[in-house]
Amino acid sequence: MSPLTPHPYMGNSTETAHARMLSAVGASSVEELFEQIPADHYGTQGITLPDGIVSEAELERHVDGILRSNANTRDHLSFLGAGSWQHYIPAVCDEIAGRSEFLTSVWGTPSSDHGRNQAWFEFSSQLGELLDLEFVGLPVYSWGSAGGNALRMAARLTGRNRVIVTAAIDPERRAVIESYCGKQGSARALEILDLGYDPATGQVDLDDLAAKLDDSIAAVYIDTPNHLGVFETQAAEITTRVHAVGAEMIVGTDPLSLGIVAPPASYGADIVIGSTQPLGVPLNAGGGVGGFIATRDEERYAREFPTLQVSLTDTLVAGERAFGLTLFGQSSYGSREEANDWTGNSVYLWAIRNTVYMALMGPAGFSEIGSTIISNAHETAQRLSAIDGVTVRFPSEYFKEFVIDFNDTGLTVADINKRLLADGIFGGKDLSVDFPELGQSALYCVTEVHSESDIDRLTSSLRKAVQR
Amino acid sequence: MTRNKLREFHSARWSEPVIMEMGAPGRRGTVPPTAWGSGDPSAFVPSGLRRTQAPGLPEMSEPDVLRHYLHLSQQTMGMVGISLFGTCTMKYNPRISERIIARPYVADVHPAQDPATMQGVLQIVHQFSEALTALSGMAAFTFQPGGGAAAAFTHTAVTRAYHASRGELGQRTEIITTAQAHPSSPSTAAAAGFDVITLPTEEDGYPSVEALRAAVSDRTAALMVNNPDDMGIYNPHIKEWVDIVHEAGGLCFYDHANFNGVMTRLRAAELGFDACMFMLHKTFGVTKGGGGPAVGAYGCSEELSKFLPGPRLEKVNDGFVLVESPSSLGRIREYLGNVPQVIAAYTWLTAMGGNGLREAADLSVLTNNYMEKRILKIPGITKAFPQVTKRRLEMTRFSLAEITAETGVTAVDIQNRMTDFGIDAFWLSHEPWTIPEPFTPEAGEAWSIEDIDYWIDVLAHVVDEARSDAELVKTSPHNQAVARANMSGLDDPERWATTWRAYQRKNGQQ
Repeated sequence: MSPLTPHPYMGNSTETAHARMLSAVGASSVEELFEQIPADHYGTQGITLPDGIVSEAELERHVDGILRSNANTRDHLSFLGAGSWQHYIPAVCDEIAGRSEFLTSVWGTPSSDHGRNQAWFEFSSQLGELLDLEFVGLPVYSWGSAGGNALRMAARLTGRNRVIVTAAIDPERRAVIESYCGKQGSARALEILDLGYDPATGQVDLDDLAAKLDDSIAAVYIDTPNHLGVFETQAAEITTRVHAVGAEMIVGTDPLSLGIVAPPASYGADIVIGSTQPLGVPLNAGGGVGGFIATRDEERYAREFPTLQVSLTDTLVAGERAFGLTLFGQSSYGSREEANDWTGNSVYLWAIRNTVYMALMGPAGFSEIGSTIISNAHETAQRLSAIDGVTVRFPSEYFKEFVIDFNDTGLTVADINKRLLADGIFGGKDLSVDFPELGQSALYCVTEVHSESDIDRLTSSLRKAVQR
Repeated sequence: MTRNKLREFHSARWSEPVIMEMGAPGRRGTVPPTAWGSGDPSAFVPSGLRRTQAPGLPEMSEPDVLRHYLHLSQQTMGMVGISLFGTCTMKYNPRISERIIARPYVADVHPAQDPATMQGVLQIVHQFSEALTALSGMAAFTFQPGGGAAAAFTHTAVTRAYHASRGELGQRTEIITTAQAHPSSPSTAAAAGFDVITLPTEEDGYPSVEALRAAVSDRTAALMVNNPDDMGIYNPHIKEWVDIVHEAGGLCFYDHANFNGVMTRLRAAELGFDACMFMLHKTFGVTKGGGGPAVGAYGCSEELSKFLPGPRLEKVNDGFVLVESPSSLGRIREYLGNVPQVIAAYTWLTAMGGNGLREAADLSVLTNNYMEKRILKIPGITKAFPQVTKRRLEMTRFSLAEITAETGVTAVDIQNRMTDFGIDAFWLSHEPWTIPEPFTPEAGEAWSIEDIDYWIDVLAHVVDEARSDAELVKTSPHNQAVARANMSGLDDPERWATTWRAYQRKNGQQ
């Protein structure tokens, strides 16, 4: 029964409360209350967990003791990106996302959780401005999830079951998409065709597109900037060709690029997806990811969204506004197996971070950060390529990531990264396993967090590392 | 019934503009570092891809942004009210967990770091996995699913991989579930390409063994169920169910959404299940965040573990390495999942310990029975399946149908009115509603007896109001941030607006 030390997380962890409720219930012991469970259902192996650490000071010491050994991108200089990017997070993002009202809220009503619902609407509204699109769903789990959802939307829209997906994609993202599309080939699975990239530019191979694109295709999905960092400068041309066969054009993008880069909607992309992580969410060892899905505000698209989404509406009081869920009935909560795909608890607290981040940035902030990132990245690439044996694989048209080719050094990326790590540097993501055609190459990420002296440090360490 | 004097409550009310209406040209909320690279940044953007018009975002100072979102937080009940939101098992979210996961050793760890540099993270992921193994008997866990529905989807993907490995995927086309299962079971089964068979609830509160036998065949790929269900009713034939499905060659998945009342007593593997799922954002003290970041911890038997999404942790002499199983289904989500939430759950679990979990389970069932006793004394309130007389587990589903018939006041009206007294909105029921005008409170272990009493006092008071002044309840809330929302146009293409720009266009303001 209740222990000698009442547990601080449980209001009724006292002998008095136990006894009072048992008496009110008319039971002599708690065990009586479990009368529904047959005796032979109980676990026989016993629970081997130790007793709880009820002192918070001791608890913190214990957990801290395990975690403090982790190296991180604050005590190391990091050039890792590849789907999870290091950006500066204004303190106000932490303050607001940490508010208990947001942390512990669950669902509420449009009136009782009005503030949170408005924050969600502001997330969609601000993202919509960046994307130049008017229908934006609440966030999904990740960019990969958004990709899977978008391809399945396209299949429902067109009644076709073949899709084309860029090969210049994050392999993690691609694997998530495969799971969503039915990798093992069950009924209603989508067939995925790879869209090759030009080894000279890192961009879509238009000949390969021409060979694969016909009226059996539901959608073509490309990213810009893509996983190799480069912009797809032929995106408008690709979109025209995709539309010519009646397919949907899906484009993935980094929202942080959109202060300086044209939104995919400007060249006719139908479904635009991407990551919300760059908008004020920490790396979180990979747990910072989130995804978005947006389209034009056309019924054809809105009726295929699998997400939840909030709409502005009015109230019983004239002139007052509230926010309620729109098209809830087509979600899995409303329609079970008849729903458009499935949804559930996702990363809505990150949407609060995202909206605060976008509000702090404003149009000038997005323009400036885009300029800073692209400028720092290009300057870094140029300086690195001055090192003997080191070249930039796709020398132009990239945003914050670029492929560094180490083939001429005769070293593996793994070896180079080991040497950099000894100097307190996380080198770029090793591409040699997932993109063997690039040989010993690494994806370097440079953002607004990197100073010129950081790059001096990298350059000098790398120069040393590649000397044999 | 003795009642306490009700507290006065009024939500903050700010008539807060939408942020898109705020700000003034030229104001700044944050200034990114300036570029140190040489060269014209715009020259690096291909000419056809340059943005020509700035996004129409608000221009605000930092204090204005902070204040705006503080206003929005104040207009959110969150931890302010008493939340007995059933089926979601509201927990206290200890702030020590938030403090820990905000530190650089978690927040600033990159998922592609050399695993040797993130052993602390990996050790906690491993230890928490071991703890869930102790609680479930499952051989292996993944934390990649970003919520309970994603864990259900993981099971459908594992089911595909399992039957595909045996050459039976073409034949195994059906997944069986029940009307009381969460909608994520049927929806994910359908999304994974299976046909869904939903067994109806019968006299005892669950489908009969005969109904299951009639549904099972050599087309059965899997069974997806929860137990106890959201009415607090436990299916005593569940072992027989598992045997029937196994004999037909299907897999059995235990949705442990309602684990709180039975934790430390039941182990999914000992009941015969092949796989199970725990929601760390409910049972294990992790924040709900209004809908995530969540984790659906998915565990399975040794036989199925080779299909789990990668990467998987492997213990080596001096630590942990990440490995990819050749039979893995691939990914359900990127990386290792919501790692900070796993760390928060580990922290919570360490604070609770085996003894704390047992007490929490006891309290959640005890408190529910205490609540049920008092709630059923309110005239006009009945419970679902009253013929099931055994004591319910951690929640009970009630019906306000008699009160609706008598007064015209619905469960939604009462839900709204209760928030006027500082009560977080209660949960009604998942689809399909098997009883009219449902509500499903769940006390859990966090709330004190005084809070529970207050909650019931408010309910009794509002039921009285329904009889004495129905209009007051129907037009509620009156003390909230805004009045009752007009939900009538939300599915109308001419009226829905998920963005400010759409709203302006549809209202002739653009």
